[in-house]
Amino acid sequence: MTDPVSNKTVSIVIVSHSADVARGAGEMVRQMVGEEVAVAVCGGNPDGGLGTDVAAVMAAIKSVWSEKGVAVLVDLGGAETNSEMAIEMLGPGRAEHVVICNAPIVEGAVMAATEAAGGSDLETVRETAEDFQA
Amino acid sequence: MSDETLIRNLIARTCDTIATHADELGELDRAIGDGDHGLSMSRGFDAIAAVADEIAGVDLGPALQKAGMTLVMKVGGASGPLYGSGLMAMGKAVAEGSDPGAMLEAGVGAVKARGKSEAGAKTMLDVLVPVASALAAGGGIAEIRAAAAEGLEATRNMLATKGRAAFLGKRSIGHLDPGARSSVILIEAVCDVLEGK
Repeated sequence: MTDPVSNKTVSIVIVSHSADVARGAGEMVRQMVGEEVAVAVCGGNPDGGLGTDVAAVMAAIKSVWSEKGVAVLVDLGGAETNSEMAIEMLGPGRAEHVVICNAPIVEGAVMAATEAAGGSDLETVRETAEDFQA
Repeated sequence: MSDETLIRNLIARTCDTIATHADELGELDRAIGDGDHGLSMSRGFDAIAAVADEIAGVDLGPALQKAGMTLVMKVGGASGPLYGSGLMAMGKAVAEGSDPGAMLEAGVGAVKARGKSEAGAKTMLDVLVPVASALAAGGGIAEIRAAAAEGLEATRNMLATKGRAAFLGKRSIGHLDPGARSSVILIEAVCDVLEGK
């Protein structure tokens, strides 16, 4: 896996059942927040169909690893369960620096990234994502 | 039965029964979920079959842990971490010398923790919890089969409050839970192996 890409900002990981949704949500974050926050996306089951893939979630988190932490946005239930599993499997030392935000995946990702871009800590990023009201 | 023979028989029987029932699991899941439970379980157990030699080459504890990890990595839906965490906890318990009752209790506890759920929410726990209770109460194979079947049937009139079926609210009532059904299928297969069928 790649070395830490940023230690200045919290990074964002988007986990959807659909690779297209994940990619599209990532594009929206890019367009609205720019390049200063590292964003990784993953979607689809291990065969490429709809679903989520624990190994891919782990790889996505590692690819944007930041000492400030990683905020994960998920869509439906299995994405959350598989992301929780992936976070646990990162092991102590890393797992406690990754949180899943209880927020809508697209809006939450944009809000989290916007907050992260200002240099906020992980808990603040999570709160901003979760406080979002459409 | 040596560990290796037991493990090989368990792998063969569980993989076979999942393949046989994949369509049925898909049908049940299409009624109240996203329809992928049959495919997900097939993907997971095909992956176990593919590493059967590796799993059968170690003691029962680590074998269960390897099988669980395979499901976690290959299923692609919530059932992977749920069944996978259950098997991994059972394997850990066996490796630490637990008896079958304590082993199953550890597995069911891990499923509860992973799913943040308990029995009564129309999930696999509605089968696993009564089965663990039957075993803890000294029940044999017949009692375990009965507890599994009753647990499954009880999901029919339950309102789903966990998992994808919870989105349907009251419309989830009247359908068997697919995860409870796959649990019964797997428990039946394990019982068959233990009875030498």
